[in-house]
Amino acid sequence: MIPDQRDMGLDDAALQAALRRVWSSRGGLLGALASVDHKTVGRRYIVTAFAFLLLGGVLAMLMRWQLAQPEARLMGPDRYNQVFTMHGTNMMFLFAVPVMEAMGGYLVPLMVGTRNIAFPRLNAFSYWVYLFGGLLLWGAFLLDMGPDVGWFAYVPLSGPQYAAGKRADIWAQMITFTEVSALAVAVEIVVTVFKQRAPGMSLDRMPLFVWAMLVTAFIIIVAMPAIVTASTALILDRLVGTHFFNPAEGGDVLLWQHLFWFFGHPEVYIIFVPAVGMVSAIIGTFCRRPVFGYLAMVLALVGIALLSFGLWVHHMFTTGLPRLGESFFTASSMAIAVPSGLQIFCWLATLWGAQPRMAVPMLYVLAFFFTFVLGGMTGVMVASVPLDTQLHDSYFVVAHFHYVLIGGAVFPLLGAIHYWFPKVTGRMMREVTGRWACGMIFLGFNLAFFPMHILGLWGMPRRVYTYQPELPWAGLNLFASVSSVLLAGGFLLFFWNAWRSARHGAPAGDDPWGGPTLEWATSSPPPPWNFTRIPVVESVSPLWDAREALPVAEGLRLDRRELLITSLMDATPEARDSSPQDSIWPLLAAIATSVMLIWSIFTPWAVVWGSIPVAITLIGWFWPRGTPEDES
Amino acid sequence: MGGWQSALAPGGASAEAILGLFWPVVALLGLIWLLVLLVLGAGLLRRAGSQVPRQAYLVIGAATIGTVLVIIGLTTASYLVTRPIAAAAEAPLVVQLRGLQWWWQVTYREEGEAAAFVTANELHLPLGRPVRLELSAEDVIHSFWVPNLAGKQDMIPGRDNVLHLTATTPGTYRAQCAEFCGMQHAHMALLVVVEPAEDFARWRAAQAAPVPAEALAAEGRRVFEQRPCGACHTVRGTTAAGGTGPDLTHLASRGTLAAGLLPMTRGALAAWIADPQTLKPGNNMPLVPLSADELQALTAWLASLR
Repeated sequence: MIPDQRDMGLDDAALQAALRRVWSSRGGLLGALASVDHKTVGRRYIVTAFAFLLLGGVLAMLMRWQLAQPEARLMGPDRYNQVFTMHGTNMMFLFAVPVMEAMGGYLVPLMVGTRNIAFPRLNAFSYWVYLFGGLLLWGAFLLDMGPDVGWFAYVPLSGPQYAAGKRADIWAQMITFTEVSALAVAVEIVVTVFKQRAPGMSLDRMPLFVWAMLVTAFIIIVAMPAIVTASTALILDRLVGTHFFNPAEGGDVLLWQHLFWFFGHPEVYIIFVPAVGMVSAIIGTFCRRPVFGYLAMVLALVGIALLSFGLWVHHMFTTGLPRLGESFFTASSMAIAVPSGLQIFCWLATLWGAQPRMAVPMLYVLAFFFTFVLGGMTGVMVASVPLDTQLHDSYFVVAHFHYVLIGGAVFPLLGAIHYWFPKVTGRMMREVTGRWACGMIFLGFNLAFFPMHILGLWGMPRRVYTYQPELPWAGLNLFASVSSVLLAGGFLLFFWNAWRSARHGAPAGDDPWGGPTLEWATSSPPPPWNFTRIPVVESVSPLWDAREALPVAEGLRLDRRELLITSLMDATPEARDSSPQDSIWPLLAAIATSVMLIWSIFTPWAVVWGSIPVAITLIGWFWPRGTPEDES
Repeated sequence: MGGWQSALAPGGASAEAILGLFWPVVALLGLIWLLVLLVLGAGLLRRAGSQVPRQAYLVIGAATIGTVLVIIGLTTASYLVTRPIAAAAEAPLVVQLRGLQWWWQVTYREEGEAAAFVTANELHLPLGRPVRLELSAEDVIHSFWVPNLAGKQDMIPGRDNVLHLTATTPGTYRAQCAEFCGMQHAHMALLVVVEPAEDFARWRAAQAAPVPAEALAAEGRRVFEQRPCGACHTVRGTTAAGGTGPDLTHLASRGTLAAGLLPMTRGALAAWIADPQTLKPGNNMPLVPLSADELQALTAWLASLR
């Protein structure tokens, strides 16, 4: 290897051979564990998140079974309270947030035309921490130590006095795992988007999905500290007897709710905003025209992000806060309908007369319109203080947030999986099976969840493990339970389709849908170095506008992993920078971190002694290797 | 619609006002939802050029302004509906309601001729008279919700919340805890009996009285006092004066047993005392071993406490 060899003047084959030497991960188990390729990590993230979706779905079916008839005896209250707490915690912290970040972690580097995500070792570390957090939660559940205080863990019920044992500690510490991994990915995405875009991809040429992930990353960075504070204070209350939330000692019960929802409401947008990006990507490609109103779409995303921090109190309308103050939060909560509505209008304009190709991703987008807009309407209703005093904590709210989360985020996500599946695996998902699954999920979802609006108005509270026969709820509950079987069947069909297509699907080629963005410019699946030559971007839809010959940038070295650093606004090339090699240390650091966090459920001294192995693994991680990057 | 625990069948002024806002809002938002789907459907059926027409800017702008107007309207309407609901009335009946895992303690204050007393799991309200409910919690957060009468209000440890309501239709309504409060959140119900003023006054006088003398002679009373029952329960007129469980002085006058779990029958009473942990797992009533004769006597006595 000649030092300082550049990629100029080589033909494709020679160039690829050179890139393979520096970018490929080593084979074998150790090589796989040490990989820092954002695509490897992203695939693991996505598969793990969908595994948790499957497990959370099993819990949902258990709950529907229990509620299908009054005074059912499938589960007692103790088991049921664990099951609904696990369902919520699992779906929010182990499925929805991670899967959206994973989609970003996989796609953003490809869409901005770079060779790896920023801080790839941190990326690998974040995956392992996420995995161990998930295993902690599910392991505890299997040992009958699953949290049973709700995914919101309101004090004092989750405090030392009323939640004996370690169940609530496991919940609180699992949150720490999720915080660490989410913040890590958020930072990576911000830096990747700001400093690693392909030359020419100025901010106004970024794909809308990239904008959505950038905005999401900022929401995570601002929202997570609130839950860090809250869960840490809860652990301290439980472990060392502080009294942050104990009113008898001057603490405050409502403090928890403020902190939790200051994070918890933006959390909804952490899940929803990436889905908005997915819808934009799918609509643009299948209508074969750029999404109408690019600037309005971007401003709407930013507007949603800002507003999402000003409406947490609408979760607390019945706690007895001053009425005038509550009315302010009614206004701010409803105001989020303005940017959301603006996006809907722009999509409708894009679809108007475009005769989109009705493949499965587009069908999911149509399901999204039907379901999400309905959920948005009930969202406006619960934002109204007087209506919310009746609807809050009833099954109406259960219906509402499943409409916005499943309709608003999961439908686009399933569409996005169909859409990007050929890029990730090189194979198409089977279209006919996909249509059946989409139809079953759409129909099953609406039949299962719509009746819950009525149950809520009929007075059925949330989080009840059973109800009595003298209440008129049995019929609709049975209907919802039977319908949920259709929904579950649709999901199983989706999983089966993905499983089967990954092995036997039709080969996809580089660009099966005729997409406009850079990920379709490389092979499927992409090579470890993503792009053999770094593309140069001259418009928001580079592949449509410069299809025959995408201009490329040259000059990167071939004797080490190197990427191009560009300026924040206009993406003009600024520097070449090295990208870290594979390393086993992120895995070891994640193990050490997990041991410390789990140990600290039992004794505060774990923070002292447990930090020693963490320090050792971090030293290993950052040990200078004497490569040029370290010397210059 | 929906019966005795439904927001759609109002029997109180607040619930009526809220429902009066609810249906127009449902109609308006439903219409908007249909409109969006119609535009989507029409757009899909249409065939147009490769570009989005320029007029789209105008339509989107108008739709956005429309959204803003709808939101301003709904916010104003919400505020106008909230204001009278939250307002305090003059000379209300004051009742203190305390949430505990998993039952309700109800305290009526002294008022004129009427003496103060404590009862549980059943709230009686005079028809048409404004009521001021002072809500508190003993242990964890609970939430008081009688959908037929008013919206819910949380009961929070360390805080005192107030709910104003006026019942306008006589009848028996059901309330159920609306904030997850642990194991038996599902079985924490309360009956609310709305009755004419004279019936209410009669009930109130009867509840304030201690156990009548003839009941004190019963064998069941001896069992109640000798066994640990009195450590948690009060029966006014006996030596039982415990404070952690519901007051049982007029137990048999109530419609339900164990916070809405069972109908108030002698059979249910016997079953409950014999095995409270199977009927309501996790609740704070321990199983007190009794002989068959003792159980008989105790049940008969409790069933006589009207």
